[in-house]
Amino acid sequence: MSLSISLTINGQPRTIALDDPRVTLLDLLRERLDLTGTKKGCDRGQCGACTVLVDGRRINSCLSLVASLDGADVQTIEGLADGDALHPVQAAFIEADGFQCGYCTPGQIMSAVGLIKEGHASGDPERVRELMSGNICRCGAYQGITEAVLEAQKVMADKKGRNAA
Amino acid sequence: MNRFDFIAPHNISEAVAAAAEPGSAYLAAGTNLLDLMKIGVSRPVRLIDITRLPGLDRIEWQPDGGVRIGAMVRNSDLAYDPRFARTFPAVAEALLSGASAQLRNAATIGGNLMQRTRCAYFQDTASACNRRVPGSGCDALHGENRLHAVVGWSEHCIATHPSDFCVPLAALDAVVELEGPQGKREIPLEDFHRLPGETPEQETALAPAELIVALRLPAEAARFAANARYLKLRERTSYAFAVVSAAAALEINDGVISHARLALGAIAAKPWRAREAEASLAGAEPTLEAFTRAAGFALADARPSGDNAFKIELARRIAVRALILAAEGTPEVMPALPASPFSTTPGASHVA
Repeated sequence: MSLSISLTINGQPRTIALDDPRVTLLDLLRERLDLTGTKKGCDRGQCGACTVLVDGRRINSCLSLVASLDGADVQTIEGLADGDALHPVQAAFIEADGFQCGYCTPGQIMSAVGLIKEGHASGDPERVRELMSGNICRCGAYQGITEAVLEAQKVMADKKGRNAA
Repeated sequence: MNRFDFIAPHNISEAVAAAAEPGSAYLAAGTNLLDLMKIGVSRPVRLIDITRLPGLDRIEWQPDGGVRIGAMVRNSDLAYDPRFARTFPAVAEALLSGASAQLRNAATIGGNLMQRTRCAYFQDTASACNRRVPGSGCDALHGENRLHAVVGWSEHCIATHPSDFCVPLAALDAVVELEGPQGKREIPLEDFHRLPGETPEQETALAPAELIVALRLPAEAARFAANARYLKLRERTSYAFAVVSAAAALEINDGVISHARLALGAIAAKPWRAREAEASLAGAEPTLEAFTRAAGFALADARPSGDNAFKIELARRIAVRALILAAEGTPEVMPALPASPFSTTPGASHVA
């Protein structure tokens, strides 16, 4: 039995012929669409390395079956930059040194994009840490990650304010 | 993961009819089910996708002030719903203390009730587990069991139920709406999860193919809005299951408690409502003595199931602490670390 699934991935409509309903969104991205920016860490929803946005919300792609995502809009780390111009969260991670080995970074960045969109952290580092706790960093770059999220949030709010003015 | 058929029904009756086939399982967000399928603990032969069923994703306020929450409402959507968080703050706090932001964005209200235990022996297919394979034994009983149950357990199973959300729900008399082959029915949340007894494999009161369609909180539960907390002790500050937890809700008039609710989490195979404790608080002043006496009632029948006698004292203390904080009043804003006993001032940093 083959399922036909329509997805929008990083702005591009894709039709996926799914020969096996066991395929997770993470495996679809990495193994079938060559979008290997999204990482597989634990594959059990415990580490956050596979975080992507589905319909604008951050989720663990390892715990999501493609078969149940028909019609969804998916954004991955590959779809974040505007050409060569980095997304403010990407720029802030470099500026604040929010990583060492980099393996968890795509998940951290997608999670941070989701967090800022959700709008519950205010400027409180404690809230940022709490709301980023679904992303584990084995290198322990948490200080830089927290600073990067706060800085990116500020930059994005300022930009929004300027556009509104 | 085993192979399975994938069914996408268009409405509840189609879903229920499809689930009547033995070996079927409903799939909501899948945050627990897929995990268990990956490790071979769950092996459904067909998955019935309920994520597209119409009408299950709404939060509906009733004319009397109660609320009906569709089974497919996502944890984060409910927790951040302003009216819900204001009316049932301990429930919102419990939701925000569970899992991670990513999981809360996906996980559903109905799925939360259906969570399986996190007992390591249940999750390890090489271990004996009466809950997973009836009659195979319980390796937890003489194994690593410091986090296991201290009330309501049996020689057949000492696992705990992991949900935070269900703890204040039990305290607030939530009702679960079900639909199955025999039609619709509803049961109190308190009766939804079963204690192990001799049949730990029967985890819930669900009949075969029955589907959770909604959850209701009665209008009476809103009387506690000004004095309600959920507290959860964890082995790390965030993104961890409870070692022990407590939901406390008080109605205080002229310095006297008129109504009290107390339920404990992570100490049994179900959220543990402490009715004797509640009764002891009715008519009492909100004092440390009254709260300590109530917590004593709540844990009166507790006994260790292994290396976990410490949990009895911890549960007593978390109950007292939750009652103290409830008496102090629901915080104006959700604490930065929801449900954390280490977050003494709302918004304050625990490390600063």
